[in-house]
Amino acid sequence: MKTLAILAVVFAALGVLPLFVVSDVWLNSLIAVLYAALLGQAWNILGGYGGQFSFGHAAFFGTGAYTVAVLQVQYGINPWIGLVAGAAAAGLVAAFVGALSFRYGLRGSYFALVTLAFAEVLRILSNSVPFTGAGVGILIPLDPGAENLQFAHKSGYFWMIWAMALAAFLAAWWLGHSRFGARLMALRDNEDAARALGVSALRIKLGGIVMSGVFSGLAGVFYAQHYLYLDPGLAYGPAISVESLLVPIVGGMGTLFGPLLGAAALHVLSEVTRDIFGDAPGISLAIYGALLIFIVMFLPHGLAGLGRISARRLIRARPA
Amino acid sequence: MILSVSGVSKSFGGLQAVRDASLDVEQGRIVSLIGPNGAGKTTLFALITGFHKPDAGRVVFNGEDVTGQAPERIARLGMVRTFQIVQPFAGQTVRDNIAVGAHLHRPARRDALRKAEEVARQVGLADRLDQDAASLTVAGRKRLEVAKALATDPKLILLDEVMAGLNPSEVRDVIPIIQAIRENGVTIVLIEHVMQAVMSLSEHTWVLNQGETIADGPPAELARDPVVIEAYLGHGMATRLAEEAPVA
Ligand SMILES: Nc1ncnc2c1ncn2[C@@H]1O[C@H](COP(=O)(O)OP(=O)(O)O)[C@@H](O)[C@H]1O
Ligand SMILES: [Mg+2]
Repeated sequence: MKTLAILAVVFAALGVLPLFVVSDVWLNSLIAVLYAALLGQAWNILGGYGGQFSFGHAAFFGTGAYTVAVLQVQYGINPWIGLVAGAAAAGLVAAFVGALSFRYGLRGSYFALVTLAFAEVLRILSNSVPFTGAGVGILIPLDPGAENLQFAHKSGYFWMIWAMALAAFLAAWWLGHSRFGARLMALRDNEDAARALGVSALRIKLGGIVMSGVFSGLAGVFYAQHYLYLDPGLAYGPAISVESLLVPIVGGMGTLFGPLLGAAALHVLSEVTRDIFGDAPGISLAIYGALLIFIVMFLPHGLAGLGRISARRLIRARPA
Repeated sequence: MILSVSGVSKSFGGLQAVRDASLDVEQGRIVSLIGPNGAGKTTLFALITGFHKPDAGRVVFNGEDVTGQAPERIARLGMVRTFQIVQPFAGQTVRDNIAVGAHLHRPARRDALRKAEEVARQVGLADRLDQDAASLTVAGRKRLEVAKALATDPKLILLDEVMAGLNPSEVRDVIPIIQAIRENGVTIVLIEHVMQAVMSLSEHTWVLNQGETIADGPPAELARDPVVIEAYLGHGMATRLAEEAPVA
């Protein structure tokens, strides 16, 4: 209950910020952080809580994005319906990937490779079939209005991503306070022991990947509606998969607030590097890579772990 | 019979780990399985609880054929095992560890946590509930193994060397815990090397040697059985022992 209260306070604070922040630059930053936090929390549900490291979350993200875009552009279906359809389609792709991998007991790097391969297959497919616009991409016509899930003012997009991120964070909170979450974490920490206690590995992991896929798909829907343009590289490219895993690894895997910390830290980092290096291509990827190595070597529990360590030090340092 | 194992075999590559093993366990009893290291005891537990599929033979639990079924399904039917090499959910608290078991028949988090506390009290881990499972001593970890399994409300529990590595006073502390589990109506099958425990706890013992059940009976009788002594101490040992110090 305590973590739920903190979560409520954090999101309430984030929610009132736009009342004070009028500059679009700041609002854009908030949107970027919440968007990354959503992507990261989606990955965290499967990777952090479930211990299944995916390298291909773009498969779910891109499916959400393309679903809402294609339904609008090709079939004239309202993006609010597209949002639901996008999340559902992403969940379906996740279920398929999960059924294929978990059924055959794929774990660790094998699972990571399968997810990576899946995202690549979808990228190539979306590059070749006509209804996605193939390599040219797909452009959603500009038509601002809440009924079209498009907003003339940035604050509309802020509320959209705020609500989506809140849903993802509530889901992650629920994992820490439910049987399903307890089982997911038990499988992560010791699969044999969990099965001995009646935990169905296949069913729970499938639940985990579907949940994860749905939120990744939501992030894709947001991306499509925000930028109104998609192409195979943007939707299914490895950049999304990397960002998805980098955010929670930096912030703290398997923790509720890790993805938010990671998203904020990475945003600051990318702004700083852009100030220093400009938009030189490849620089951000190189820095991400270095950061990942640093975190894995020195901060295995991410920034959230850093907080825990210093809190413990403070307690220990206090005179008895 | 709550558990009936008949003619179960399993080989790993060329190695026959369990060969035509059979045993019948009556409801409400404490029975045990003994045998030298590598005899196939742990493998037999794994065959009974679905962690390995037997090459031949049948496992019937509570009237239902469970041969080759998944461990999680067998656990749901009420038969759980512990692991000789303890398998805690490291990084989680003792409370959360036990709650995983408690959740088997308790969907609500609150109920599972309450059950975890109750079981912790039963096995003497009540003051460790908020400790990381990985930080427990050997004796603590063995108790946690029992607690996780017990929290599932099993009908039958298979305990694999839960007293190995404990000092004599720790063994003395664990024995009444196991007796209390049985008094609550749970049938128990023990694998144990600690003969003190086998003698004081179990009413019937099966001896496994090179994968085969070579003898069974009350433990005190088996300790005098030449076949059993040979299995433990080697060929010719029974007759030599008998010559040197005939059993009264
Ligand atoms: N998964 C496995 N793969 C190969 N060999 C195994 C496996 N499990 C057990 N064995 C072998 O089977 C034999 C019986 O082992 P085990 O059942 O652990 O004996 P015990 O519990 O009686 O000491 C040993 O020779 C062991 O090396
Ligand atoms: Mg053994």
